[in-house]
Amino acid sequence: MQIKKGVPASPGICISKVFLLETEPYFVTKHLIEIEDIPREISRFQKAVEEVIKDVQILQQRLSHTLKRKTSSIIDAHIAMLKDEYINNQIIKEIKENRYTAERAVTTVLKRYTKVFLSIDDDFISSRVQDIYDIESRLFKKLLKKRSDEISDLKEEIALIAHDLTPTQTITFDRHKIKGIATNAGGATSHTTIIARSLGIPAVVGLKTITFDVSTGDTIIIDGNSGIVIIEPDDETIEKYSANERTFLFFERKLFKESKNKPAITRDGHQVSLYANIDLPAEISLALKYDAGGIGLLRTEFLYPSADHLPTEKEHFEIYKKIVSRMGQREVIIRTLDVGADKLPLEGTVYERNPFLGFRAIRFSFQQTDIFKTQLRAIMRAAEFGNVSIMFPLISSYDEVVMAKNIMKEVQDELRTKNIPFKNDIKIGIMIEVPSAAIIADILCNEIDFFSIGTNDLIQYTLAVDRGNEHVASLYQPAHPAIFRLIKNVIQVANKHNKIVGMCGEMSGDIVYTVFLLGLGLKFFSMGPLMIPEVKKIIRSITFEEAQKVAGEAMSFKDAKACKTFLKEYTKQIVPQLF
Amino acid sequence: MTVERTVRLSNRLGLHVRPAAKIAELASKCNSEIFLIKDTQQANAKSIIELLTLAAPCGTLLTIKSTGDDSGNVIEAIQQLINDKFGED
Repeated sequence: MQIKKGVPASPGICISKVFLLETEPYFVTKHLIEIEDIPREISRFQKAVEEVIKDVQILQQRLSHTLKRKTSSIIDAHIAMLKDEYINNQIIKEIKENRYTAERAVTTVLKRYTKVFLSIDDDFISSRVQDIYDIESRLFKKLLKKRSDEISDLKEEIALIAHDLTPTQTITFDRHKIKGIATNAGGATSHTTIIARSLGIPAVVGLKTITFDVSTGDTIIIDGNSGIVIIEPDDETIEKYSANERTFLFFERKLFKESKNKPAITRDGHQVSLYANIDLPAEISLALKYDAGGIGLLRTEFLYPSADHLPTEKEHFEIYKKIVSRMGQREVIIRTLDVGADKLPLEGTVYERNPFLGFRAIRFSFQQTDIFKTQLRAIMRAAEFGNVSIMFPLISSYDEVVMAKNIMKEVQDELRTKNIPFKNDIKIGIMIEVPSAAIIADILCNEIDFFSIGTNDLIQYTLAVDRGNEHVASLYQPAHPAIFRLIKNVIQVANKHNKIVGMCGEMSGDIVYTVFLLGLGLKFFSMGPLMIPEVKKIIRSITFEEAQKVAGEAMSFKDAKACKTFLKEYTKQIVPQLF
Repeated sequence: MTVERTVRLSNRLGLHVRPAAKIAELASKCNSEIFLIKDTQQANAKSIIELLTLAAPCGTLLTIKSTGDDSGNVIEAIQQLINDKFGED
């Protein structure tokens, strides 16, 4: 039994068998495989070899017209190396005799030879080491892709262990089979965390070395409430956690029933709206189940899953229409594309030294107006079928708001000329996630209908902290006085000018900050659907007057940690069951 | 039964990728083990990667060695291949 502590990312408890998803060659596990798994590993290796040979042959054929004879014979040599029985038998021997995984056996054997090649004086021969690296990396890709594909087609329930999860992996995986997630990387606001929370899967992140500590088939307990992970627990521990799991589920269900169909209103009658953030269309059911008053953030990045396809207007439209219709009269705020240029199939995109300060989101949309207009047209057309608002990401200046609105007007004119039905009085909002926008909220607010504060980026830009970098992640502090001042400014400006103000960042679903935000006068809280019952419970447990006092006091702290503790203790007092 | 033949590499580039691939292809045709020996270094002749580790340049004296019964023709063929400079130069 081994106990590890990480960052609690998504609540709940999971007791399950490990499925280790290896994605990086340099994270080759050092664990030994079970004797009964030896034939499986050997066949994984052999299949990978066959497939790589096939790939290389296809490549050779496809390039046969353009390849010089010399290059073609290098490919022949690659194929000959892949078919090298003597080497392959050594790899199989490592699997059989040392119980290595296929990945580890491949690196072990090939490393022996790269060492020899690197020590040879003859440049011509020693450069062959590149061929071996090439073969190694091709084999690895095959072996790992197989594993990666397996998570979209799981046969049994598992706990998913990985270095980190990519957006593509989380889109394809079968969430009914994945009972828990634990990763090396990540913090409280990383992608894995957001997805796990929105799908309601217990998760612990930031475990640093969990992929080295477990192997597929181990039993693991993932406690998403405390951040504890227990590898190969004894019977007593399993029993204890099973009981905890039941209690937790019981409380969640109770809370869910208790809050269902009740407004988010304080004891003295101050009402706010609780909306849901949605990453994927499938989550709409969750949003409705958890009683979301609307969709406060419909991320549209799922429409661009891979870099080789741009969605057509029809694809955009069909999906928006479906979501909007399902939500009926409830508002759906659609955010326009918010990715970096690297995620899209465009030629000549440049390497960026600082992608977070670079060519992304609205900046990208302004330069690729075709892509932008396609999305805008679809949103405006889909707005006919429900209650749609549009939101622009990463606004940092007044000009950008004006420009976005002008482009919207152009699109409306085009639609009008072509007699295509659309809704023209759509509400326009902007994300407040760049510090400059938060500071000039008063300048921006005359141009828009609503603000939505995106705390994740706002915190990262204001405090100059990359939330995904575990070395500095501890500096990422939502309760930093600078953050509180920016948020307060935005809410006050909006309320003063009778504009709507909401928040769609992680902070609005974090119960530690609910009382504070309520007290500042925030009207719309948008969060992962599963967080709604907890936040509602808190709002229904206090008065607005109390919340205002708490907010006032929280604004007076000099130190983020002390401030967070203060807010946490206060919340604990009113709803001890949530802690 | 041990068979040994000594032969000198005379192609310009020595025992590089393509020659090694050709030798390995021939050697794989028989069941017996076949080795190429350079000084004290021995490489399995059926393995292109092993052959490359010999890093044998033009002029190297190589010994082809086998202990099996069915290797006679194959050794002949390898010797021939080397003498023909692998059809290269």
